[in-house]
Amino acid sequence: MANATLTRHDAAASGPEPAHRRRGRRHRGEDLTKILFVLPAALAMIALFGYPVVKNLLMSLQDYGLRTFFTGEAPWVGLKNYTTVVTDQLFSQAMVNTALFTIGSIAFQFTVGLALALFFRRRFPLGNLLRSLLLLPWLLPLIVSSATWRSILEQDSGILNRTLTGLGIIDDPVPWLNSPSVALIAVIGVNIWIGIPFNVTLLYSGLAEIPEELYEAGQLDGATGWLAFRYITWPNLRAVASVLLVLGVVYTIKVLDIILGLTGGGPANATQTLATQSYERSFIDFKFGEGAALSNILIAISLVFAVLYLRATRRAVDE
Amino acid sequence: MISNRIAATLAGATALSLVLAGCGDGGNGSSSSSGQSVSSLTVLDYYNNDPDKALVQKGLDSCASKLGITIQRETVPGDTLIQKVLQQASSKTLPDVLMLDNPDVQQIAATGALAPLNDLGLTGDGVIQGMVDATSYQGKLYGLAPVTNTIALFYNTQMLQEAGIQPPKTWDELKAAAKKLTKPGRYGIAFNANATYEGSWQFLPAMWTNGGDETDLKTPQVAEALQLWVDLVQSGSASKSVINWTQGDAKDQFVAGKAAMMVNGPWQIPALEKTPNVKWDVVTFPLNKPDQTPVAPLGGEAWTVPLNKDQAKQQKAADFVKCLNSDENELAWAKARFTVPTKTALLDQYVKEKPSMKAFTEQVRTARSRTGKLGDKWPEAAKVIYQAIALALTGKASAQDAFKQASGG
Repeated sequence: MANATLTRHDAAASGPEPAHRRRGRRHRGEDLTKILFVLPAALAMIALFGYPVVKNLLMSLQDYGLRTFFTGEAPWVGLKNYTTVVTDQLFSQAMVNTALFTIGSIAFQFTVGLALALFFRRRFPLGNLLRSLLLLPWLLPLIVSSATWRSILEQDSGILNRTLTGLGIIDDPVPWLNSPSVALIAVIGVNIWIGIPFNVTLLYSGLAEIPEELYEAGQLDGATGWLAFRYITWPNLRAVASVLLVLGVVYTIKVLDIILGLTGGGPANATQTLATQSYERSFIDFKFGEGAALSNILIAISLVFAVLYLRATRRAVDE
Repeated sequence: MISNRIAATLAGATALSLVLAGCGDGGNGSSSSSGQSVSSLTVLDYYNNDPDKALVQKGLDSCASKLGITIQRETVPGDTLIQKVLQQASSKTLPDVLMLDNPDVQQIAATGALAPLNDLGLTGDGVIQGMVDATSYQGKLYGLAPVTNTIALFYNTQMLQEAGIQPPKTWDELKAAAKKLTKPGRYGIAFNANATYEGSWQFLPAMWTNGGDETDLKTPQVAEALQLWVDLVQSGSASKSVINWTQGDAKDQFVAGKAAMMVNGPWQIPALEKTPNVKWDVVTFPLNKPDQTPVAPLGGEAWTVPLNKDQAKQQKAADFVKCLNSDENELAWAKARFTVPTKTALLDQYVKEKPSMKAFTEQVRTARSRTGKLGDKWPEAAKVIYQAIALALTGKASAQDAFKQASGG
């Protein structure tokens, strides 16, 4: 399409016309070319990002339910969906759980990821092989990981409890997914396991960027071990780390599949987050308006972190 | 089970986007020429796995040849059916004949998508009242279910024999038996108390038999039923994992010999027959007091006719549904698919020909439908029920307070 249009314009531009006009035409042709290059991406953005976001915003202001699909009617209800979801007895618990889930996941994913990245920075036999094996959790489909973890964490016959009791570490099986006080911890644990490869990979590449000379120079001043990390590694890694943390928050806050696969939000709503609540309202209760309202709240929170991310990357480029 | 749930999530997400995409092209469905003789019908159902898929196909084919038409059948996984229907509804591409799980019929009928069958020459005469309640909305019949099912108590005959126990008839006997049958590595009973509609469904035999009612969940009768679940779990006779189990998981535990009894439905029988070394039998769900009658929930799917501008096609679809609900087809499907005919007049003959289905047939005679009283408000009550079960089984509330807490009061 774009090609055909271009040739037509080239042909027109090379016609017998005054020089300045020809140049003007050519300029216009170049502008058009630029627009044509941007157009497919712009259309894709509008269709795939713009439309759903706008539709979701509109939906959250409508009584959009089962009936809407048949009659096409979705009466405007203003902010009623928002007040309904915010005043729901589960909302504050879902907010707290979302916060705990996100902070807990990120904190451990990051520290464990950093420790592993530092560890693999040293060269040792099979180091590269081991590092690539670390990526495995990332390669597994989440459905498979959560199903596997569900059987590992099973209270009576799960391999984790069997092992722990076998080693004499615990006397009674831990109700990993069956107790409201433990389930969130178990779910966070699984999410940490899934997130570590991402953290290791980015931090490792960040570490590889730090020139070896800095350490050599530091050594002369007595900066080894912890001091080297504190004064050389960390300052040089900060840009990568801040980007990683912000991306981590945006990815973690919306996690749905792992929670649905492990606990479905239970037991007794102990692992309900904004994402699971939004899913439940839309696809179990068929109250799409309320589901959209919740997901917009989620988007707004993510947006704050996305802005932080943009600022962090801009600063990284400036540096 | 678990993957189903996630598949449903994904399907849900795609369904929504498809729905959104479908919104644009308005209502120019029903392209077929009206007034002409109808030569084919489209059918949508969720029997997507064999043996059910093939067995249902047989019934559909025989009705199609009786009516002199061909059918184009589409099957989708169970938990994606409603999303598929929503997507088709908004793009005006609903099938001519649509199968729906019976508790969903009223919800879909309430949207005005279905044709009232009374106007098309169909009646619910002779059908179990509970099923007619489920498939009627505001006094009109919107679907007919040829066969139904319910849940009862399966038990491992060998294990009960070894322990010298008779199949329990009352809750006290059930608790005692479950306790006695519990050994290291084995629980007395398995059931499903997860926080989904499936968990509510499994609770209904206890709740209804004890006189509990979904119109008022804060009665002592309902709390007593919940106390039975709590007692079974807290005494260690049932695994604490019941709050995460599906009915399929309960069946797996039973088959593996890790549970001596289970609450489950006849659709598990084909799977049980694959492990012939596990010997089992079925009794009706025990009663709290001996003078009660067992009341179990009615399962099974109804066949409906979505509204169609093409009158001739709509009438043909109704005739097709009528044929599916003929005595002949009801018996054929019931026998082949371990279900129970919905016409009361057929039950005696059925039990005679299929004695293994005796307990389920007994349960069906007195069974109720989930949507019989609350109609399209049932899902809200079901939600309170499964939330309350979770609260009580995890010890966050007593059985007495659980329903109050779950309903937000």
